[in-house]
Amino acid sequence: MIAELGQVFLSLALILALVLSVVPLYGAYKNRPALMAMAHTLVIGHFVFALAAYIALSIVFFNHDFTVTYVATNSNLLLPWYYRLSAVWGGHEGSLLLWILMLAGWMLLVSLLSRSLPRAFIARVLAVMGMISVGFLLFTLLTSNPFDRLIPGPLDGQDLNPLLQDPGMIFHPPLLYMGYVGFAVAFGFAIAGLLGGRVESEWVKWSRPWTLMAWAFLTVGIALGSWWAYYELGWGGWWFWDPVENASFIPWLIGTALIHSQAVTEKRGAFPAWTILLAIAAFSMSLLGTFLVRSGVLTSVHAFANDPERGMFILGFMIVVTGGALLLYALRAPRIMTGKGFDFMSRESLLLLNNVFFTVSAAMVLLGTLYPLIIDMMGWGQISVGPPYFGAMFVLLMTPVVLLMPLGPFSRWGKDELWRVVFPLLGSLVLSLVAALIIVAWLDAWSARAITGWMGGLWLIFGSFHYLFDRQKRSRFGLPRHQLGMIMAHAGVGVFIIGVAMVESATYERDVRLTPQESVSVAGYEFTLLEVVSVKGPNWIADEARFTISKDGEVIQEMAPQKRLYHRSGQTMTQVALRPGLFKDLYIAMGEELDAQSNAWSIRIHIKPFIRWIWGGALLLALGATLAATDRRYRLQQRQSATEGVDASAASSA
Amino acid sequence: MIRLLLPLVTFVGLIGLLIIGMQTADERKLVDSPLVGRPIPNLVLPQLHQPAKTTSTADRLGEVWVLNVWGSWCQSCRIEHPYVGRLAKESGVPVVGFNWKDERDDALRWLSQFGDVWAYHMVDYEGRSAIDLGVYGAPETFLIDHRGIIRHKHIGPIDETILGDLMARIQRLQQEVGA
Repeated sequence: MIAELGQVFLSLALILALVLSVVPLYGAYKNRPALMAMAHTLVIGHFVFALAAYIALSIVFFNHDFTVTYVATNSNLLLPWYYRLSAVWGGHEGSLLLWILMLAGWMLLVSLLSRSLPRAFIARVLAVMGMISVGFLLFTLLTSNPFDRLIPGPLDGQDLNPLLQDPGMIFHPPLLYMGYVGFAVAFGFAIAGLLGGRVESEWVKWSRPWTLMAWAFLTVGIALGSWWAYYELGWGGWWFWDPVENASFIPWLIGTALIHSQAVTEKRGAFPAWTILLAIAAFSMSLLGTFLVRSGVLTSVHAFANDPERGMFILGFMIVVTGGALLLYALRAPRIMTGKGFDFMSRESLLLLNNVFFTVSAAMVLLGTLYPLIIDMMGWGQISVGPPYFGAMFVLLMTPVVLLMPLGPFSRWGKDELWRVVFPLLGSLVLSLVAALIIVAWLDAWSARAITGWMGGLWLIFGSFHYLFDRQKRSRFGLPRHQLGMIMAHAGVGVFIIGVAMVESATYERDVRLTPQESVSVAGYEFTLLEVVSVKGPNWIADEARFTISKDGEVIQEMAPQKRLYHRSGQTMTQVALRPGLFKDLYIAMGEELDAQSNAWSIRIHIKPFIRWIWGGALLLALGATLAATDRRYRLQQRQSATEGVDASAASSA
Repeated sequence: MIRLLLPLVTFVGLIGLLIIGMQTADERKLVDSPLVGRPIPNLVLPQLHQPAKTTSTADRLGEVWVLNVWGSWCQSCRIEHPYVGRLAKESGVPVVGFNWKDERDDALRWLSQFGDVWAYHMVDYEGRSAIDLGVYGAPETFLIDHRGIIRHKHIGPIDETILGDLMARIQRLQQEVGA
């Protein structure tokens, strides 16, 4: 019964989305305020029904209703309640529902927070987002209905994929989707801008905080995924250049370019057409990611059950959304192509370089991901693209970005002198080089990677703080949030780079055969295996190796990695034991049982230096973006334009 | 105008690529190697565990066997690992590993962590022999009959369905040997 209700809610949401994508647009075209205002009501209704459908699916999961196919394939009587609730997005169908709910949520927020924007504009934005929602709702109802029944239902379900039974996995997809879907807002603003033909710098101003928030969510989502891979896959790696990881990374790179080009367009009116293109590209790449994961074009661990019919649907949807947007762009862009000129040495130039490097990186990742396809089609033979390609290309493309980043904030709009920008930073430059050498000597981590990593990272951190002090000296009121946010994010990149350089150059690994009461010493730590015991979880049993770790004769930590066997699926999972630390992680993973008699196991021990800095840096990036998004200037501007709107309407009525 | 249409044209190209890619997805996974139906190239390669010793693909002439391409860097290989184990145990034919573009230490460590279910491993660190074999990516699984002819190739990880398919094919090949 509840499943049927859920389906009804989804259908109702679809109807409202259909109306939303037509009526307000027509209203904006004919300038009928009543029709435009309908958008807000429709958006609320659309959200309520999407939420109701989502709750319905959660209830069905919670109650173990195995007569629903989706529940039967993704849940099980032994599954604890929190994983039953997160199992809602554990498979293809439910994750689409989550996607729809988030889109509805973003639309609601846009509708609530942008009441002060011109009515016609916001009506267009919401209508465009409504169209996107129509696409996803149709997709769900026609090809991937999570409420489909399975009658007679099985007594017990298959299990949720054990890889997903993990706290990191509870939050990873929702945050990632928040980011993906958030780019729909920037997309909606860009399309509405094209449709309305208004002065472009205005919609850019309005869409900036939304883009920043979407980007922040995407950043945290990707970082969580990386963190999850680190401790769940049992390899100690943090990024694999897997097609699906790339699918989330491409929109991130485009999004990074977008938030920087938006700054230029808003402040200086330069390259507006490019900003529109990036907004279209960021959302299109999110759609492409969805397509790659669900169509079976590329094989990947993350891939959902592949279904060509679904692939065709998303492809068709992409043709409508992206193709339509680009066509509109080709028709309308001539009208808005007015950029202010700027000098070769100026902030515009530096931000343009940022855009070039990030867009090229995105294209490079896209090419690497699709390369096997292209090669195969052309019959050029068999070449594989792996981490070496991505790694090398990335270092190459990001080195200039790192070198130039601290210069950006110091440079002036329009025209500047090279020495004026570089001169104040010379101190930071020298300081970072010296400090890097001292730190590397102190850590005794002499390698090219570690040295360049520390130099680059510290250059970013010192350069960013240098700007902070420089500004604070000059202004009495402290820095506005968008500047603080930028400094935080740029310093975050520095932290990230240091983390990557240290992990990639100074990781210490050892594989040993251990029997109980045996110990091994690794990098000054003494790992003693006390015993290997059997433990039982709600839906698994495991061998657990109990270790004590001591340093200088003192026990500092107990650790217990596990090797789990999940009952229902029969899959084994390595559960690593971690001792996280700001400067190093101790990491133990169980291998195979080597000898049952003596209870000998192969054990893998890692010492991962500075790995937390990778995610810490990502977190700083996201926090910085959030800080910038909540800057007062965006709120003030909205109020300002609202009063202008009132004045204008008063003038026209007079 | 041409400059304005450029993004659209690029996009159309991308879509075309993806459409063809989708339609050929199954083919690429099932029988896309030009080598299927041809004799397996004679490759003489060192063994993983005893690098001093070499084995040849010709050594297995006269019996049905399986060649499984893997690498410690390949995530999907981890996913298919339990199924390779079952294939080796249940099929009754030798399942030989082809360790591709790997580092010896990484490969050995990987095996000690997840278990060595293969009969032995041929090693191709530089990936040269893999080109002769028409390897497209890891994991990949070849079925070779008693005359040394590649009869089937599966690209991508083995799962429950693929395992069943491979077992059925192996059975048929073994009947051929008997006949």
